[in-house]
Amino acid sequence: MTAVKYGSIGIITLVLIAGLAIPLTRSPQGWLEFPVIPGLEEKARNIFFHVPTAWTTVLAFLVSMFYGIRYLRKRNLDDDLKSVTSAGLGFLFCVLATVTGALWAKFNWGSFWNWDPRQTSIFILLLIYGAYFALRSAVETDEKRATLSAVYAVIAGLTVPFFIFIMPRMMSGLHPGAKGDSSGAGPLFESKMMAANMRVLFYISMIGFNLLYVWLFNLRLRVARLDYRRLIQS
Amino acid sequence: MSALSSTYAVVVKDVQSELRTRYALNALVMFVVTTVSIILFALRGDQPSNTVLAGMFWVVVFFTSMSGLSRAFVSEEERGTSLTLQLIASPSVIYFGKLLFNVFLTLTLVFGVTIVYTVVFPGFTIQSLDIFLATVFLGSLGLASAATIIAAIIAKANTRGTLYPVLSFPILIVLLMTVMSATVKSLDGEPFSEAMGDVVVLISYCMVMTAGSFLLFDYVWKD
Amino acid sequence: METRGHSLTRLALRAKGVGKDFNRRPVFRDLTFEVSSGEALAVTGKNGAGKSTLLKILSGLLTPTKGRVTYHADGSITDLDVLRPRMGFVSPYLQLYDEFSASENLDVLSRIRSTDHVSQPKVESLFRIFNLWHRRHDDVRTFSSGMKQRLKYILALAHDPLVLFLDEPTANLDEDGADAVRTIALEVQQSSILVVATNDEREAAWCGKRIHVGP
Repeated sequence: MTAVKYGSIGIITLVLIAGLAIPLTRSPQGWLEFPVIPGLEEKARNIFFHVPTAWTTVLAFLVSMFYGIRYLRKRNLDDDLKSVTSAGLGFLFCVLATVTGALWAKFNWGSFWNWDPRQTSIFILLLIYGAYFALRSAVETDEKRATLSAVYAVIAGLTVPFFIFIMPRMMSGLHPGAKGDSSGAGPLFESKMMAANMRVLFYISMIGFNLLYVWLFNLRLRVARLDYRRLIQS
Repeated sequence: MSALSSTYAVVVKDVQSELRTRYALNALVMFVVTTVSIILFALRGDQPSNTVLAGMFWVVVFFTSMSGLSRAFVSEEERGTSLTLQLIASPSVIYFGKLLFNVFLTLTLVFGVTIVYTVVFPGFTIQSLDIFLATVFLGSLGLASAATIIAAIIAKANTRGTLYPVLSFPILIVLLMTVMSATVKSLDGEPFSEAMGDVVVLISYCMVMTAGSFLLFDYVWKD
Repeated sequence: METRGHSLTRLALRAKGVGKDFNRRPVFRDLTFEVSSGEALAVTGKNGAGKSTLLKILSGLLTPTKGRVTYHADGSITDLDVLRPRMGFVSPYLQLYDEFSASENLDVLSRIRSTDHVSQPKVESLFRIFNLWHRRHDDVRTFSSGMKQRLKYILALAHDPLVLFLDEPTANLDEDGADAVRTIALEVQQSSILVVATNDEREAAWCGKRIHVGP
């Protein structure tokens, strides 16, 4: 775990420094050149933070769903602990993704919130996480709480493909990859618009955020387990 | 065979019970009246556009169903009859019985709101009846299936009234956005082919929601 | 259907290592026992020891945290869905529909059970035994708690249960009612499985077998 901890901290620090420090002006060293994406320019730096947080949000939700289903099958409350731990982190990353996204939207599209399909999606995810915790606080017994929240997570998860895959392609939006996007390509990081050095940094950042998630997950899970053990003993 | 007749018996029981207590029906009617009057006060005689009309149509349907559809399970839980039902019938019988009852209630509700809107708003004229019927039918089905499983969940929780819309809304957003866009098309008089995408999304939503709820209902229903 | 019904008359209820937790605290642990048709089991224990919980688990209303409960007919496991229409349960936790009359409650529940084991003469005799015949068309909401308890017996017995669970059998009942219940309890255990949860020594004495729950 210490490897994950220092790995994630190290990688994200590297991304932070590199992302901000890549020279903006043309320089002789080609690999140091900050690649200019038409229409985004320097604001593109945000991609190193915004996309990984959004991805981690979805990952955390999937992990939470996975352990929810496992609880339903095996009735082991430790799975519920893992499920809720992941949901808590997912909520955190969801807020981060929403904020970084809104900031980016302000400087690129002119306002913080535009109801672009992907903005709508992240908003719905935020609502789902909120509803999940509201439900958990409204059930008395641990076993029932675990069951109901697992079922809700799965039911909510069933609708996620609709707004992640179907809605953005059906509605016109501002995000790359939406219907009516002139470049016609998928999301930005899949397209050829990102230069090689930028892509390297982007994928390192992805790995860094995933490691950060794993580390935080383990840390919080251990705390949650200790809390419960103390609760049972008292 | 016996599962079918049991399911039918659950629906009949709920309808009879509803006709005697009028709990859900009264709430639904009063909610429609209240929300539509508020909209009318707010508009002060302005003629809203088709987009606004279609949006407000489903806003009324959503909030009204949130006031009545939880009744299916909450009433059983409050009266202590849910264990009685659980003893005598299998979970799938209960689920489909309650689902059918809620579909029935939602269709009645949508029919009522359609009439009210046609009377109250001169702008609310359905140009493409085929789009409207498909939207309303599939929309009611999807709304009822999501509302039924959420009702089963909140019936086991403490703060039922406030929790119901909170849990339902994120799940229903996809459905609401789709039916709203299809309803605008029916008011604009577009051909059915234009709404084909919406209809496909609605059909898959209904299937996914009903199948998922059916598979998960056992866990919710059994303590 | 008939052959299946036949084979169901010789049932065995097996609980193996059954345990239940609430809020991670065990209510009871590791209960193993067997009851067959023609036998009666008394579940005894202090208040809060989990007598009602055990009955709910045995009837399939609750899932045990550990272990499992199975019903066997002629050596093979019977699905609960097959058995469900032929179960009876009288308990303060299983309520009736207030807005329906006594006989409507019976109709509604038998239709949901979709069982053809309810005969009119049987129903009438039950209503008379429990002294509710003259009130059968009144809404249940007008009933006293003792009358509701009597009606629960009628509903639990009308379809000739193969398994009958009684939780606090004579609670809310007067002397006549308690006598009727005792007679029926002895009669039912001639051919069916009877499980009684009680604190009362006299009620526990109805049963040949006994299990104590709780620490």
